[in-house]
Amino acid sequence: MKNKSNNIFKNGLGQLTIPLVAICILVVFNLIRDPSFFSIETVFNSDGNIVLSGNLISIINAASELAVLAMGMTLVTAACGGQDISVGAAAAIAGSAFVKVLKSGPSITAFSVVIAFLVACVVAMLFGAFNGTLVSVFKIQPMIATLILFTCGRSIAYWINGGASVPVDSPIIKAIGGFIPGIPVPTPVLIVILVAIIFKLVFHFTSLELFTQSVGINGSAARLNGINSTFIKLLSFIILGVCVAVAGIIGVSRLGLINHETLLIDVEMDAILAVAIGGNNLGGGKFKLLGSIIGAYVIHMLTVTLYAMKVPSTDVKAYKAIVIIILVVIGSPVIKAKITKLMTRIKNRKQISMKGAQ
Amino acid sequence: MNNKVKRREPLTDTQLLMTIAICIFVVMYIAAMLGFRGGFLHVQQIFDMLNDNAPLIIVACGLTIVMIGGGIDISVGAVTSLVAMSCSLYLNKGGNMAVSVLIALGIGLAFGLLQGYLISYLEIQPFIITLAGMFLARGLTTILSVNPQKVEHADFKALMNANQNTIKIPWLGYISPKNGNLIPATLELGVVIALACVIIIFLLLRFHKLGRGFYAIGGNQTSALMLGINVKFTRFMSYVICGVLSGIAGYVLLMHSGAGNATNAAGMEMNAIAAAIIGGTLLSGGVGNVIGTFFGTMILTTINKIVVASPLNAPWWQKITTGGMLCIFIILQSVVLSVRSKGRKK
Repeated sequence: MKNKSNNIFKNGLGQLTIPLVAICILVVFNLIRDPSFFSIETVFNSDGNIVLSGNLISIINAASELAVLAMGMTLVTAACGGQDISVGAAAAIAGSAFVKVLKSGPSITAFSVVIAFLVACVVAMLFGAFNGTLVSVFKIQPMIATLILFTCGRSIAYWINGGASVPVDSPIIKAIGGFIPGIPVPTPVLIVILVAIIFKLVFHFTSLELFTQSVGINGSAARLNGINSTFIKLLSFIILGVCVAVAGIIGVSRLGLINHETLLIDVEMDAILAVAIGGNNLGGGKFKLLGSIIGAYVIHMLTVTLYAMKVPSTDVKAYKAIVIIILVVIGSPVIKAKITKLMTRIKNRKQISMKGAQ
Repeated sequence: MNNKVKRREPLTDTQLLMTIAICIFVVMYIAAMLGFRGGFLHVQQIFDMLNDNAPLIIVACGLTIVMIGGGIDISVGAVTSLVAMSCSLYLNKGGNMAVSVLIALGIGLAFGLLQGYLISYLEIQPFIITLAGMFLARGLTTILSVNPQKVEHADFKALMNANQNTIKIPWLGYISPKNGNLIPATLELGVVIALACVIIIFLLLRFHKLGRGFYAIGGNQTSALMLGINVKFTRFMSYVICGVLSGIAGYVLLMHSGAGNATNAAGMEMNAIAAAIIGGTLLSGGVGNVIGTFFGTMILTTINKIVVASPLNAPWWQKITTGGMLCIFIILQSVVLSVRSKGRKK
């Protein structure tokens, strides 16, 4: 009985071990370093609303784009066994399209924001479909297929808006990127929760999760079982397209302007990292969305911790790298096997000594 | 009879993809010569392409080895930048020339050893480790110095001078339209180093046991193990060689530019990956060739030169055209390979 429960514990947590351990280490480290790191206060922001403020809130808030992207990236990784490195560039395109539509109207209303959001979604989905077609129909490895958009995506974004960094100023955009009046939680956080719920519902009511996993584990076997693996791969890229549009719009709204060069810069690497820290196999197959989401928060918690320790922003990368290396070394299969071996040896020794005592 | 022999040894995938790359380069360059004339008619144009891209060629060679072995290394550009920065700082503090070369090789070797050990012996996914390596190298570069460091060392200036002025070929030069003087074609010493790297690695991959091992582990790891190849050690070596080559590339870059800069070699890893792919290396491993990679680099550079020469010379068109060309090559490769594999089944 005890053995069985142990198994469940192992299977249930197995994949989430790395991200949870990472979060725990960071939390404990910060508690020892400076307990006030976690304090949350309510303050009045410039618009006179009561909002929450503190390091923890800024971590959760700042990681929103990454969390949304990581969810889409997890699906693509699981289905195709590769990663999309064009998400940052595609988000810049989606953001540009969003701003272009907003600017083409006389004034920014709730209706025009919705229309702009839909247009941005469609544009990002089209680019996702382009990547997906290369991957699924032409059987090109995802990283290479998306290298095309990675190379030229930001230039396309530049071209859409005629080259200037266009500001959008409107209370609605401010509400999307900051706080909705009356709600103390930052809106991007709510958007992440909404996206996560939508994913959960989709997985609950359709077989998408099962199909994606089976395509990722063995594409030809899945095809023989009647799953259209080409379509599933294409679909995963289109879903990532929607996530990209959402992330791009959060990014644009947060700054109140579109800058095609700096919007979500280097986010593709962080998104892949979030998927990997989440314990998902980058070679495809089984996946856990929750792991990737936690992975995204781990990355931002690390960054904010480093900022709090007065590390210059240009040097953060080096410390980040060291922590990543330590994390993955702890999670590597060889080290895990060695630890398991050591544990069983200690157990056996205990049993032998107990028998000797009897 | 002759026919039969031919049938027994058809072109391998590696040779086929390499041939495509070479043909595309030749066709593209001839088209550029016919279409734009001007600079493309001078030999110096090719030499300039080589001069500017010697570090990229070296880095792409290293990446080709790693990719043939079925891995990926995205830290190469960052390591190159770190080497250039640390060497320039060391030289500005009045260091020794020989030691600066050793520093360059040492940094490359250290990154190669660390990443290779973690990837092959601890079985961690190469993308993550080399991504961390990239962050580490970029971060260390900015920790060393955020500002560009111009090298003022006397010996190094002599070396830079030698780099630019040793190889001058008058009969390949052209007569300047401005004052009628003969401008000899100039090739930098860095290019010689790059070409030497290409040839050495070509020979290594073609004839040495280790080189054949890279193809074996990239093609099928289990079969390679059955054949008695030390898979872990071979994979380890592929990253070590790649790291050392990044170190060499860093020094060549410093010889070319004469300054260490935190933004040096930005995006070089993606260019190198693109060059290797266009040259016919598959990311899945087991297929590839450094000669192809060399021509892949030249194709990328030619695209840029053509865009600059063409009326579409706006900053955004250059990248969009590069992306479009990349798209065509990638689809072409995929179609050719799938047609071949269908033909084989029959």
